[in-house]
Order: sequence, then structure tokens, then C-alpha cells
Amino acid sequence: MPTSATTDPVPGLAAYSEVTASDASLRRFLHGLPGVDQVGAEARAAGLGTRSIKTTAKAWALDLAIRMVDLTTLEGQDTPGKVRALANKALRPDPSDPSCPSVAAVCVYGDLVGEVKAVLGDQVNVAAVATAFPSGRASMDIKLADTRDAVANGADEIDMVIDRGAFLAGRYLQVFDEIVATREACARPDGSHAHLKVIFETGELQTYDNVRRASWLAMLAGADFIKTSTGKVQPAATLPVTLVMLEAVRDFREATGVQVGVKPAGGIRTAKDAIKYLVMVNEVAGDDWLDPDWFRFGASTLLNDLLMQRTKLTTGRYSGPDYFTLD
Amino acid sequence: MARIDVRKTYKLYIGGAFPRSESGHSYEVTDSKGKFVANAALASRKDVRDAVVAARKAFGPWSSRTAYNRGQVVYRIAEVMEDRRPQFEEAVRQSEGASASAARGQVDAAVDRLVWYAGWADKLAQVVGNANPVAGPFFNHTAPEPTGVVGVLAPQQSSLLGLVSVVAPVVVTGNSAVVVSSFERPLPAVTFSEVLATSDVPGGVVNILTGDAAALGPWLAAHMDVNAIDLCGVAGSPELATSLEVAAADNLKRVRRAPDAEPDWAAEPGLGTMTDFIESKTVWHPIGT
Repeated sequence: MPTSATTDPVPGLAAYSEVTASDASLRRFLHGLPGVDQVGAEARAAGLGTRSIKTTAKAWALDLAIRMVDLTTLEGQDTPGKVRALANKALRPDPSDPSCPSVAAVCVYGDLVGEVKAVLGDQVNVAAVATAFPSGRASMDIKLADTRDAVANGADEIDMVIDRGAFLAGRYLQVFDEIVATREACARPDGSHAHLKVIFETGELQTYDNVRRASWLAMLAGADFIKTSTGKVQPAATLPVTLVMLEAVRDFREATGVQVGVKPAGGIRTAKDAIKYLVMVNEVAGDDWLDPDWFRFGASTLLNDLLMQRTKLTTGRYSGPDYFTLD
Repeated sequence: MARIDVRKTYKLYIGGAFPRSESGHSYEVTDSKGKFVANAALASRKDVRDAVVAARKAFGPWSSRTAYNRGQVVYRIAEVMEDRRPQFEEAVRQSEGASASAARGQVDAAVDRLVWYAGWADKLAQVVGNANPVAGPFFNHTAPEPTGVVGVLAPQQSSLLGLVSVVAPVVVTGNSAVVVSSFERPLPAVTFSEVLATSDVPGGVVNILTGDAAALGPWLAAHMDVNAIDLCGVAGSPELATSLEVAAADNLKRVRRAPDAEPDWAAEPGLGTMTDFIESKTVWHPIGT
């Protein structure tokens, strides 16, 4: 995973320093973004979902999808034992097949990072949700303390939630400043920083226009990844929402030279769905994003379906859920 | 003025719904004299896959119903079938080339067979379960439990009575079934699926695929999420039956082996049809000295 210095403003972003100087200029900029054609976006997403990916291409896509999974457990009932089991699964998703790749990361609540880190070491990343996940309703000090705590425990990646209330009320600069502050809280003593993923909770943003604005806002604030949802709100990740976000990261790289990753999370349960997303990544953002460093799936049940499909390809017979661990 | 035929496009029955085959293929069904009757959906391996998923989903709730309630539901199938006698008689007459009275006899026997199995639902445990005398301070008893998802290759000749005779014993004990109907005589099975959909059988408990047992059998036999398979539909093809048994061995499926020829379906079936697809659970309960 590429790491960059913490607080240096990225060169390409300098051009936008005026935009983010005041609430008014930021609002002017975000509302000046072209609107999203809702019908067009949905039709395009549906059209890309009809591609047929078979045989060797399918095998490649399944392995890539497994490498892109952020294996997630975000339950109140998570125990140290459960997250350790999940971490072991992340290392070797299919114990019967050594050729099966590891997943990208394990995503847990901040207090369980140590447990996961003890199992994973440096082989697979640990992601922690922070900033009063999932609602984001807490004072700024608490959100930042939450973040620093997770980083201190060894989290490689921080999944933060934006304050949707502030965003929907139009207080964009407040959201911007929160992301910047959280990014600073991601800094480690050695000068590197934990990767910051910014969760929009698109199910609460109401419109695709808002998704596009939130994407630009987060990218301008220095997000390493933009992520659709917490998984706690329906609808979670959908193809059209991810399409809008992929267009945003593509346009952002054209404008600033900075590449930002995308992570749809929640509601992606089947290998077929995952492959639809991969097709869309390739067609909308380009194959630079077809890499676990730039595209992730936030999921828990998806991994088992990917493994079942993978087993089907290697053995030639349909597999069943009995042969894979539940969590 | 001549009336335009209302031609029906037959479909599969998966998870309580009537989808087209995933492959989009269908095949011509002819009557016993080779005359075109209808097009039936030609199920593919992906339909098998979908049907197994539906059957697995339905298995939990269905197997945890009381045996008494399962008996009521199977009896309800018989009731609804009785209401649609003319349609079944017509289908059997066309498919098997039987006379009107012979077809009527087949339908009678099929309905009676359902009633017979419905009665067994809450009695089987009393016959094959047991309180075992053991040398120790235990109350030890054995109870039958359903095996799980059962693949059924339905008989090729007896399109209605044979079908009912292999499906009813599987579901009455609490299993869910993925059935591949007779290839050349699928229409009674299609009508039977409409009966299932309008009786009280939960979606997914019985899934009926019209298609070729020789093509679908290997996928069903090798499927790791199928717990048992009835090979009746490949009776008379010993080599195919053997290869299916080999494929089924991978996850230790229970296999009801293919007979050399189709049995006389009119005969009373006996309990073996049901006990082939149950597991015996034995409980050792300490009772003190």
C-alpha cells in the first residue's frame, strides 16, 4: 500500500486551496459540479451489469475480488475470539487450497484492532472504523480520540464516517474540516499515516448529486478512499452510487493527478454482484483501479460466495455453504 | 370465426415461482403418437444450482414444522389435485397414450398415494423410532430426522403416479426436493407444480425441473449441498447410474439406487421409500441409578 507524507498538501490539490478557503466558496464549487443524470446513471449501471464473464476471466476476477475484500465484522456481539477467527480466515480464506489469495484487510471496531493485529501481523491490513461509527454523532474531540486510539493500536486503515447532518444542512466546510482533522489524527509518530477511508452513508444522502458533492468534498480534504456505506443503513452500496463515485475519482485524478480509491460496502453478497462491480470499475474508472490498493469490497458474506464459486471453477462441481466457515 | 389457440409456454418451478430456464432453451413435447403438444422449458445446470439454493433455504422451516402439520399439507396437495382431475387425466392420456379410463385410474392412484403418505407423516416416528433398552442408567431413544436436500430423478415412464410416488415420501418426512421430471412426458409434472404452488406447500420445498435426467443428473449428483439422491429416473441405464453413484460419493450422499426397470407403481410402496431419506438420531439421556 502506498503511503505518503502526512500533512504536506498534495501538489495537484494546491489549485483548489481557494475553493476550500471558506464555506461560501466550497458551496459554490460543490453546487457548481455538473448534476448527475439519474436515469442515465442507473441505465449505465444496469447495462454494465449484463456483461458475461466466464472461464479464465472469471477465475481471474474471482481471485481479484477475494484480494479486494475488506472482511468486516461490526457487531455489538463481536468477541476477541470471533475476530481472531475472522483474521485467520482473512489470511487463508480457503484452508484446503493454498493457491487462494488472502483478502485485503480485516475491518473491525477500534478496540479490537489489537486482537486482529496479533493474528495478522503485517501480512494483511487491519482497518478500524472510527469517529463514532456508524452514526457519527459525537463531539469532535471524541471522534479524534477514537481515531488516534485505533491508530495507536496498530490500525493500518481508518474508516471514518462524515457528519451527514452537517452535510445535508449545507455546512460543507464543517465536514471538510472534520475530514482534515481526522486525517491528521491518522498520523503515526514515524511520519507515515494510516490510510483514511471516508464513509458517506449514501443511503442517507438522498440524491446522486449529493454523492458526487460528498465525493469531491472528501477527496479535496485528502481522503485516500471514498466508501459508500456503513452497512447499517439500507440501501447500502448500489451499482449506480458506485458509478457516480467512480466517475468522481476518475475526474479528480484528471484534475489534480491524485488517485483516490473507492470502496462499496454493504449489500454485496454474491460473486456475481462483485464481478458486476469489477466490470464497472474497469469501464468507468479504468484498469488502474483494478487493484486492491484502489478498490475494495466491504463485505462479510461475499467472501463465502466467492470461495464457493472459486471451488466450483477448480473442482467442476457446485459447492455448498457447509464447507466454509460462517464468519 | 375460428378461435385462436391459447398456447401455453411451460416453465420451471423453483422456489415457489415459475421462472424460465436460465439457458432460455425449451424443447418440444409430443404425445404418445409423436404429435406436437407443447413446448416445455429445458432446464440447465444453472437451474439445478438455483433450485438447490431454493431447496436449502426451504429445508430449515419445513423440517421444523410438526409432522402433523406436514401431513396436513401433503393431504392438501391431494385435495387440490382432486379438483384438477380433468387436467391431469388429459395430461396422462396424452403423455402415456393411455385410454381415458386408464388415465383416470392413474390419477386416482396418484391422489390416493398422496393421502397414504400424508397419513404416515406423524406415524413414521412411532414405527421406525424406538426407545432402546441399554445397559446403563440412560433413557436411550432413537428418532428419525430428515436428511436434507434430496435430488430426485423422477421415473421416465410413469409420468404422474411415478412422480408422486417418489416426491411425496421425500417431502412428507421433512426433506426438501429438487425434482427432474420425465424428459419425454413432463406435462403431468408441470401441472403437478401448479398444484403445489396453489396448495399450502411452502415455496422451495418441492422444485420441479423439466429436462434431461442424463444431462442434469451429474450436476445434481456431484452438488456438494445436496444430501441425498434418488436415481429412479435413470432406471435401465446402469452405466449412467453407476457414474452418478460415483459422483454422489464425494460428499457421502445417501443414494437410492436405480432399479433395473421401473417398478409397478400401483403396488403399495412400503416404508422404505421414506426411511431411505431419513437419519436416525439417538439420544442418551442420563436418568440416574
